[in-house]
Amino acid sequence: MKRKPFLAVALTLAVAGALVACSANGGDGGEATTAPPADGGGGTDATCTNTITKTDLPVVTMWAWYPNMDLAIDNFNEANDEVQVCWTNVGQGGDEYEKFQTAIAAGTGAPDVVMVEADRILNFQIQGALSDISPYVTPDIKANFSDGAWKDVSVGDAIYGAPIDGGPVAMIYRQDIFEEYGLEIPTTWAEYEATARQLKDAGGPLFGDVGANNPALLMALQIQRGAEPFVYDPKTPEQIGINLNDQASKDVMEYWGRLAAEGLVGTDDQFTPEYIAGVIGGDYATYVSAAWAPGYLQGAGVGQEEDAGAWRTAPLPQWSAGDNVQVNWGGSAFSVSSQASNVELAAKVALGVYADEATLTDGWVNQIIFPLNQNVLNSAAFNDLESEFFGGQQANKEVYSPAAAAYGGTAYSPFGQVYLDTLQEHTANVSDGTETASDALDAVQATVVAYAQEQGFTVIE
Amino acid sequence: MTAPLTRVSTEAAPGVKPSRGPRKEPLRRQVTGWLFVAPFALVFLAFLVAPLVYALYLSLFRNALIGGTSFAFLDNYVRAFHDPNFLDGAWLVIRFSLVLIPLQMAISLVIALMLDGIKNWFTRFSRLTIFLPYAVPVVIGALMWGFMYSRRFGPLTQIFDIFGASAPDFLSKNLVFAGLLNIVTWQWAGYYMIILFAALQAIDPTLYEAARIDGAGSVTIALRIKIPLIAPALVLILVFALIGTLQFFNEPSILLKLAAGSITPHFTPNMYAYDLAFGRGSFNYGSAISFTLAAVVFVCVYIFMFTTRKRGNFLS
Repeated sequence: MKRKPFLAVALTLAVAGALVACSANGGDGGEATTAPPADGGGGTDATCTNTITKTDLPVVTMWAWYPNMDLAIDNFNEANDEVQVCWTNVGQGGDEYEKFQTAIAAGTGAPDVVMVEADRILNFQIQGALSDISPYVTPDIKANFSDGAWKDVSVGDAIYGAPIDGGPVAMIYRQDIFEEYGLEIPTTWAEYEATARQLKDAGGPLFGDVGANNPALLMALQIQRGAEPFVYDPKTPEQIGINLNDQASKDVMEYWGRLAAEGLVGTDDQFTPEYIAGVIGGDYATYVSAAWAPGYLQGAGVGQEEDAGAWRTAPLPQWSAGDNVQVNWGGSAFSVSSQASNVELAAKVALGVYADEATLTDGWVNQIIFPLNQNVLNSAAFNDLESEFFGGQQANKEVYSPAAAAYGGTAYSPFGQVYLDTLQEHTANVSDGTETASDALDAVQATVVAYAQEQGFTVIE
Repeated sequence: MTAPLTRVSTEAAPGVKPSRGPRKEPLRRQVTGWLFVAPFALVFLAFLVAPLVYALYLSLFRNALIGGTSFAFLDNYVRAFHDPNFLDGAWLVIRFSLVLIPLQMAISLVIALMLDGIKNWFTRFSRLTIFLPYAVPVVIGALMWGFMYSRRFGPLTQIFDIFGASAPDFLSKNLVFAGLLNIVTWQWAGYYMIILFAALQAIDPTLYEAARIDGAGSVTIALRIKIPLIAPALVLILVFALIGTLQFFNEPSILLKLAAGSITPHFTPNMYAYDLAFGRGSFNYGSAISFTLAAVVFVCVYIFMFTTRKRGNFLS
């Protein structure tokens, strides 16, 4: 009579044992961190995603997320006999910043070189987390990038990052939708609104999208109108000028709020699978975006199915006809962290990785990045590139290169994340009509000023 | 005639020395006891108590971008109680608890009673399938529901299309509360149901026989016999649910990526503490928010236990 319980126990143990074995295997079979570490020699105990072959050279650790980073690192390691790079991708954007922020607070754990978007450099610099690399920027390196590019990575005369890529903003549009409804490409925002109405009246899809989770783009568009959200002089680091609710900013917010209220543009969050599916399916006729958008979209599957070859790009609409005010969204640099044991070597890495021709070419040919390196921007090959994503259009020559050339740099704040989060929250309110544009920006101003004062800044409004 | 009650003597029987309080255990048994507890105690101290103490210590300082670290004593806590982000988040989780917990308990109670009352293969099968969502990891569950709610990928659009209506968008600001309610109920109702079901199994079946002899129907049995007898289990899981819901973090964090317009980084106090610490590097203020949330949880749980106390309990 004891058979039944015995059987039950035996079976349970067997099943449990099998499940434990399964889960143990599953855990080991995962990706990412199980690459062969640097063998012997000057290696750190960090696991690298790349394999270091010249094991007797000093190693510099690096965090970066470019899609073709492995190629950049391999090219650099092969060509360099002074130092080797141990690279890992610890996440994109915010995910990497969280880890970097934790390492800063802990005092250890930060890599020697870290990829930082230009609008976050000031935030990390003011915490003392970045090292000044201006002593290592030789004149010929200096000549490789425009003044605007250097301004974005500098705080005063000190340089805190090696510029790599930028994001000149333009308007991508669906050629097939424009042809079907007989639309003209808008060159001013008034024309943009009129064309949107025309499309809606003809029963077409949404003309564009104003996603609440794109505060950085909204900031850029406000700057295009003439706003100057932050004024920061590193010579007086305790003072900061904050002006987020001036008329220019309100104009831009009101404009998009009006378009959203009338149903001319969508209010969906961007960078979600839902949005991408809408983009592919032709739910949006235009997409105001940066030069890295084609690479991102292609990676997400856009331009390969029913919408292959249907995309084109045009310059960003202006507020007055004939203007050429260009703005920037995104763009990253390689910064040297203050925890780097050898700043000179780390600076060499930061300035040298992604600077060789092979990597740069791969970057812009596959439209993964929009390089800021002048050698590329002025080259015929780059400008004559017939982009596959844009159905053969010479996107760089016509749109992105002029936009980058006209861009003069942006003044960021040391608490950009707070500003962007607050702006995002209130943009969502404007999009669904619970707040007017004016009230929204007044609230953003109040919140950010309060935060700045609480952090010890003297605010000049 | 009943025999006279003998007086129960509380004095020691003659010949035995009266004890003076609890006897001290011999040393060897004490050491063995401590050795058994040691592994758990070490982990508990190292990974729970020490970080808590450190966080408390951190919360007494403030670290500003200009001015660095300075001793702030209770300033962070005062700031927390004036911080609209924290207060809004706290009000949201309290509202969420007030709606979710009765709903969840009602559902799991009804299902448990039904499964206890009807006994056939279908109820046995249901027991497993209703419990199954609890076995799904929280992250997976939230992601799955995020896609189910999506207007493009989810089934709701197609279902509503059949009736010619437009599907509700559970990721929009107005309905995200209901959307989260749904996810949490789906995940946890089975777990609570199993606990209540087990408690129901422990009831002596002769009580049901007696009730039926007295003429009680199934519903009356359920209301008058079963529920009062599993009341302790009910209060227990209610307290757990209250604590867990006030610390709401997982599902909104996952849905933040899919619905950034509806869910802010300070949607719940726990998310706010996380964003402060790891998004902005304000470990000091983040710690203060965590402890303030703990205070809120403590107060809410105390109020709840006070209102559900029985006579003779230490709270009455």
